[in-house]
Amino acid sequence: MPRSSFQRLLDIGGTLVVLAILGFLLLPAIVVTLAAFNDKALLSFPPQALSLRWFAKAIAYDDFREGFGNGLIVTIWSSTIALIVGATFAFALDRYQFRLKAAIEGILLSPLVVPHFTVGLGFLILAAQIGLMRGYTIVVVCHVILVLPFVLRSVYVSLRNLDRRLELAASSLGAPPHLVLATITLPLLLPGLVSGWLFAAILSFNEFTASLFVTAQRTQTLPVAMYNYVREYADPSMAAISVMYIVATAALLTFANAFLGLGKVLNVEHGR
Amino acid sequence: MCARDHVGATVKTQPFLRSFVTPAALCALAFLIAMAAVLQYSLRAYIPGSLDPGGLTLANFTALLKPLYAQVFLNTVWICFLTASYTLIVGYPLAYALVHVRNRFAKSAILITVVTPLFLGEVVRTYSWIIVLGNNGFINSILLQLGIIETPFQFMFTRFGVVVALVHVTMPVMVIMLAAALSHIDRDYLEAAESLGAGRIRAFATVTLPLSMPGIIAGVTTSFAWTFSAFATPQLIGGGQVNMISNLVYQLGFASFNFPFAASLCVAGLALTLAVLSLLRLATRPLEKMGPH
Repeated sequence: MPRSSFQRLLDIGGTLVVLAILGFLLLPAIVVTLAAFNDKALLSFPPQALSLRWFAKAIAYDDFREGFGNGLIVTIWSSTIALIVGATFAFALDRYQFRLKAAIEGILLSPLVVPHFTVGLGFLILAAQIGLMRGYTIVVVCHVILVLPFVLRSVYVSLRNLDRRLELAASSLGAPPHLVLATITLPLLLPGLVSGWLFAAILSFNEFTASLFVTAQRTQTLPVAMYNYVREYADPSMAAISVMYIVATAALLTFANAFLGLGKVLNVEHGR
Repeated sequence: MCARDHVGATVKTQPFLRSFVTPAALCALAFLIAMAAVLQYSLRAYIPGSLDPGGLTLANFTALLKPLYAQVFLNTVWICFLTASYTLIVGYPLAYALVHVRNRFAKSAILITVVTPLFLGEVVRTYSWIIVLGNNGFINSILLQLGIIETPFQFMFTRFGVVVALVHVTMPVMVIMLAAALSHIDRDYLEAAESLGAGRIRAFATVTLPLSMPGIIAGVTTSFAWTFSAFATPQLIGGGQVNMISNLVYQLGFASFNFPFAASLCVAGLALTLAVLSLLRLATRPLEKMGPH
């Protein structure tokens, strides 16, 4: 008997600890939302009056608009390129033996460990040397390198989980390799490809440190514009744009979870 | 060459596979060139007032030995160490809950809550923490109104404030790695331990914890490396009082245009990360043996 009440205590204690940690994770999002709807320019908790004026101001602010546009250009290019490079390489990793296999894989995964300011400085110096300072090219190349490990992993995990017997069946029935790829492999891989692209896009759109180094005034992305804003002004338009960010990101992730099974992609659940 | 191809044994050799390597090889090459550019600059002299570097020199690296810079290095490693440790302590219960909770809705809710900060980007997260921790921020307002404190508690511009925000940053990756390790532990082991009379705490300490060791090591290593990479958090919450290598690199690059010295800081920082990470690997090798193979 004392044992079972002890177990219950353990359960309740565990639940409380988990709720407290979730609270810690959610606290900044909740507080920034309160600040964004607060009518006053100065922070006050709880807010005395609510208003949407900071949202209007954030949306109308030129640097944010341009940053958003630039960010979209960079994100679409870099996530699409990263998807093509990552997916083809994941295929090669899974099914093909070639020289330098381990070396190329190691280099492409290393941006996970190399600090972003080092990657940014490297591409900045490179851009200065070959005269690409002011364009999008260097920003896109830099982002492709930074998001590639995530795409590679996402596609590779789905390739590993794919039932090779289906391909064998098609192949033994006489389908040539490219037909097997187009009609069997790619459709089965679609969730992995979509989630890989989605991860790449979200990460690229949010990338900050390296972007600070490689963007120019004309190509600055939204996070860089936001950073410059925080340094100069203290009004809650920054809170308003943060709320839009948080809502958009959480919505995309909820979508990804519902349709693609985030747990499986992140490998925190068994595929069984 | 095709005759020796083992992959062809399962499916008819896919001829396009060889061309699939090229784009990745090009990307790897671009990254190598960028890193080589950093290395090259770190060995060049700085000419004040010019963006072009001078001749070959080791002066940048000898300058790193000055107490001012050595202090920043130590500070950076200490912040990374604190962040990784706190993240592990706070992240473990959450990873455990994520794997063991049965209710699907609760599972998704935990997963989304954990993962969202990963995708939010440093600026939004840091700004949000400024509003939480600032002198007229959320925590101080609440505590002042409740009369618990009379003067605001100083979180901003302190190492503690920086570490709190950084723990929030590294939590997702820690939880994901721990949960991956925990979800691959066979539940039969736990049931065996419990049927043999071990209580839940004992079963956890003797079965779950040792078997999750690879996840712990991977999580700590990655949080360490990510914290090392943090820039906006120490810059905005530290406000010049808490400096990490990233802040120094940025200042040198964009305030004094001393790119050679900034590059040498990057090289030294990278060497330091690799050294600390391999030490960590070495120190935890006996622990790793406890995990499954």
